[in-house]
Amino acid sequence: MASLRDIKQRIDSTEKTQHITKAMQMVSASKMAKAELNARSFVPYSEKLQEVVAHIASSTDATHPMLQKRNVKKTGYVIITSDRGLAGAYNSNVLRSFYQTVQERHKSKDEYAIIAIGRVGYEFCTKRELPVIKSILGLADQPNFADIKKLATETVQMYTDEEIDELVIFYNHYVSAISQVVTSKTLLPITDMETGSSSTSQYEYEPSEEAILEVLLPQYAESLIYGSLLDGKASEHAARMTAMKSATDNADELIEDLSLAYNRARQAGITQEITEIIGGVAALE
Amino acid sequence: MKTLDVSVVTPDGPVLEDNFEMVVCKAENGEIGILPEHIPLVAPLTIGDVRLKRDNNTEYIAVNGGFVEVRPDKVTILAQSAEKSSDIDVDRAQKAKNRAEDRLQSKQDHVDFQRAELALKRAMNRLKVAQK
Repeated sequence: MASLRDIKQRIDSTEKTQHITKAMQMVSASKMAKAELNARSFVPYSEKLQEVVAHIASSTDATHPMLQKRNVKKTGYVIITSDRGLAGAYNSNVLRSFYQTVQERHKSKDEYAIIAIGRVGYEFCTKRELPVIKSILGLADQPNFADIKKLATETVQMYTDEEIDELVIFYNHYVSAISQVVTSKTLLPITDMETGSSSTSQYEYEPSEEAILEVLLPQYAESLIYGSLLDGKASEHAARMTAMKSATDNADELIEDLSLAYNRARQAGITQEITEIIGGVAALE
Repeated sequence: MKTLDVSVVTPDGPVLEDNFEMVVCKAENGEIGILPEHIPLVAPLTIGDVRLKRDNNTEYIAVNGGFVEVRPDKVTILAQSAEKSSDIDVDRAQKAKNRAEDRLQSKQDHVDFQRAELALKRAMNRLKVAQK
């Protein structure tokens, strides 16, 4: 049985760890609130953009390469992970789902390319020698559009240049503070346009529909990448908060068990001393 | 006087939402002025300023690309970035301008050249709007 001092030491160290996890939990909680707010302030932009794109795409017969499916020779994958760990299953869920998809769909590494956002995903891929062509590491906790604009533009450009024929994104969708779901979405070609928008007004296009699609679609695709990133960030903070909360709870439980063991050991010590004294007295008589 | 509901929206959130009497922005084929009861219109914008007029006052907004959607009583400007003249970081714009000029002078390959040119345009636009 561990000595009193050993148990005491373990209790102390567990308490210290608990302080840290508790602090991290609170930090993540406030970051999550901020990230959720960011994701929400992005909504009006994306909704409006989608509305106009859907409207143009449905009301005219103007076509654009981004709206047309083509034979897929090479697929681009965007994977959004965090830069740091301690976020529970946040990263492993995304990476597992991504890895399975790749194993199922592709036989050779020439058939796909990876755009990694976040260090964990980047290291996962380089360790397995998967083809990472672009990456962004060390993004801020509350990223701006400007932070990923370059990457988004280049990625969309790759599709336009027919380097890739399809763009799929993997990220954690934020459902609530305790639930995040791995989601994979095909960003390009743009297919699922909701056409049932409320505005039925007929627009004038200046200069022409094609010219507008030319500007609008890349902007739309870039905004989708950014939207997923914001969603992913909110999930990251939520996942970290939950992970830290359960770590704190576990520490509580551990301390409780240890305190019990400590008290038992103390009691055992006292009992033993008493027995020894009584034994000594009995021997003298 | 009739007014237009104007909102300027970027991926980082709305920049401005207010009522104005007239909106002037730079489309690809030249400037367009929008008054209330304009017919529905969609037009891409170039890097430039947007002028919003109300009661003889004019507000300026620096817009980097994007497009404008017009409905009879509502104007929405969707841009990847947009700043009110009072919100512009002049130091940063000045630095960006210098950087872009350096890059243009060093004559690298085509893509970089284009990007530097765009960056220069954006920086100059910001500086111009900030001075108003």
